[in-house]
Amino acid sequence: MSSVLKPTIESTIAKTVSDGWIATRRNIYKLRRDPEIFVFSLIQPIMFVLLFNYVFAGAIQVEGGDYTQFLMAGIFAQTIVLSSTYSGSAMAQDLKDGIIDRFRTLPMSSAAVLIGRTFGDLVINASSLIVMMITGFVIGWRINSSIPEAALGILLLLFFSYAFSWVMALIGMSVRSPEIINNVSFLVLFPLTFLSNAFVPSETLPGPLRVFAEWNPVSALIQSTRELFGNVPAGIPAGDSWLQQNPLTTVFAALVLMLVVFIPLSIRKFKSISSR
Amino acid sequence: MSFIQANDLIKTYSANKRIVKALDGLSLDVPKGTVKGLLGPNGAGKTTTVKVLTTLINPDSGTASIDGVDVLKEPEAIKRMIGVSGQYAAVDQKLTGYENLEMVGRLYHLGAKRAKQRATELIEMFDLVEAANRPVKGFSGGMRRRIDLAGALVINPPVLFLDEPTTGLDPRSRLGLWKVIKDLVSDGTTVLLTTQYLEEADQLADSIAVIDQGKVIAEGTSDELKMQIGGQRVELSLVRLEDVEKGKSLLAGMAQGDVSVGNDGRTISAPVDNAAATLQQALKTFAEESIELNDAGMRRPTLDDVFMELTGHKTEDVSA
Ligand SMILES: Nc1ncnc2c1ncn2[C@@H]1O[C@H](COP(=O)(O)OP(=O)(O)OP(=O)(O)O)[C@@H](O)[C@H]1O
Ligand SMILES: [Mg+2]
Repeated sequence: MSSVLKPTIESTIAKTVSDGWIATRRNIYKLRRDPEIFVFSLIQPIMFVLLFNYVFAGAIQVEGGDYTQFLMAGIFAQTIVLSSTYSGSAMAQDLKDGIIDRFRTLPMSSAAVLIGRTFGDLVINASSLIVMMITGFVIGWRINSSIPEAALGILLLLFFSYAFSWVMALIGMSVRSPEIINNVSFLVLFPLTFLSNAFVPSETLPGPLRVFAEWNPVSALIQSTRELFGNVPAGIPAGDSWLQQNPLTTVFAALVLMLVVFIPLSIRKFKSISSR
Repeated sequence: MSFIQANDLIKTYSANKRIVKALDGLSLDVPKGTVKGLLGPNGAGKTTTVKVLTTLINPDSGTASIDGVDVLKEPEAIKRMIGVSGQYAAVDQKLTGYENLEMVGRLYHLGAKRAKQRATELIEMFDLVEAANRPVKGFSGGMRRRIDLAGALVINPPVLFLDEPTTGLDPRSRLGLWKVIKDLVSDGTTVLLTTQYLEEADQLADSIAVIDQGKVIAEGTSDELKMQIGGQRVELSLVRLEDVEKGKSLLAGMAQGDVSVGNDGRTISAPVDNAAATLQQALKTFAEESIELNDAGMRRPTLDDVFMELTGHKTEDVSA
């Protein structure tokens, strides 16, 4: 009998790094062949920037500022929150296709498939962000702060999207249907990103919606990036809630909470799932 | 001597408020270098058995080991010695055949160079050269199956699990796959194979375990099993339903086992010793008794017959 081929890597850390990279590479290969993702992550963000800017700019007055400057942080946040849906639907699709069963019978790190999923989606989100920033520049958006502040703003958006991918990955493995994930996430995430300070100052919203928007963590993400890019209009300071007054602390707390809770939960879930 | 061992496996699922015993005290023993065929109808527990032995699911109770390594306690060690091709091809549809196999090699930690080499070797071995650089999505079912099987062979595993490897394939692809599996087996690999087809178990397995409702209900070589249920069968289809009872008792007088009635209510069949002689005798007797026939013939036993004989119920009842 031809002899069994032996592994060349033994240490757990080296395996996790290598397997995580192979799983990430798999998702990057797939991006090249998936026109849907291309439209979803590159064309749609450009469209949103242009549509919201030209449709709302005339109607919405931002005191002491200009709507394009105000809008961009909102579009950035909305896009990365919505696109995390893909982390969930892609996990569900992998389960449906049965490829998860293949992975689970290989001697690979149990975290690797999730690492690959979340890093692959980070690449998508980073590309969306770059495309939106370029479109923004073309229509007159400017960063009015220092380079370190702007860099922190970009990192904050990317970290937030990364952490949120772990949440959605767990949901994807639990719900197991890519279609349900897409529909439910549209029903939940779309209002969540709209009922915020993304497109209009939250103080212009009617009573209960205003309260919701002020306590919405997505508003905190938007407020902090707006501040870090120097795009806060003079006449519209942050809202009254504690979250709005301390947006950076809120976003950091949300980030840490998502990572600390959902990474272990997702890995544990992965260790017990099997298709059909 | 036994290489793959399972003792008293129990696994229950609750689906739609109903408790399903997928495994109900299943035990298995596969000697080193042999092929064990797990034969059973839909829902018998074949896939569940394979999933337990390949570390995909944990049983509620029972133990399992491969080459002395405990499957439940040391799944990581087990994964380094097994190759698995599940019931549904587990390949990434958006990757090419080559990319799929290279990825599997990397995830077995063979290193970049060896993984590439191995992917190329397997592509040639499985005759997939012209499909190697196209996404799997465009492949036929048979090709997808072969990629999946190739994925199971990346490390030349000493133990191979194949869950219904040829279900859904056309006869030609089935024959091709049988040949691949036979070659592997002659190389000394220990194989656990599940199938719904007696003929497939017959062709490939050294020993067959018939399973039903989560238990092994009979075990032996294919010849032993066929002896047990009678080798050849004589089958007669009657024109008039009123004749069925009389026909059954006439046939019983010539047969070696119970007479069974087919789903149409008018086809009766039974295991016999000498099929040709019995068939002649039956035609004569039925003519004398003026029982008209639509059709008459002899055939090999099917899985349905095995089940009829071993459990007293039809396979359809089991899957319902
Ligand atoms: N995840 C699950 N949830 C609920 N019930 C399940 C699950 N997996 C299997 N079952 C049930 O357990 C029983 C055994 O299933 P299993 O898949 O092992 O059968 P099988 O012999 O492989 O059948 P088939 O020939 O259809 O593949 C069936 O009744 C099936 O419905
Ligand atoms: Mg099955």
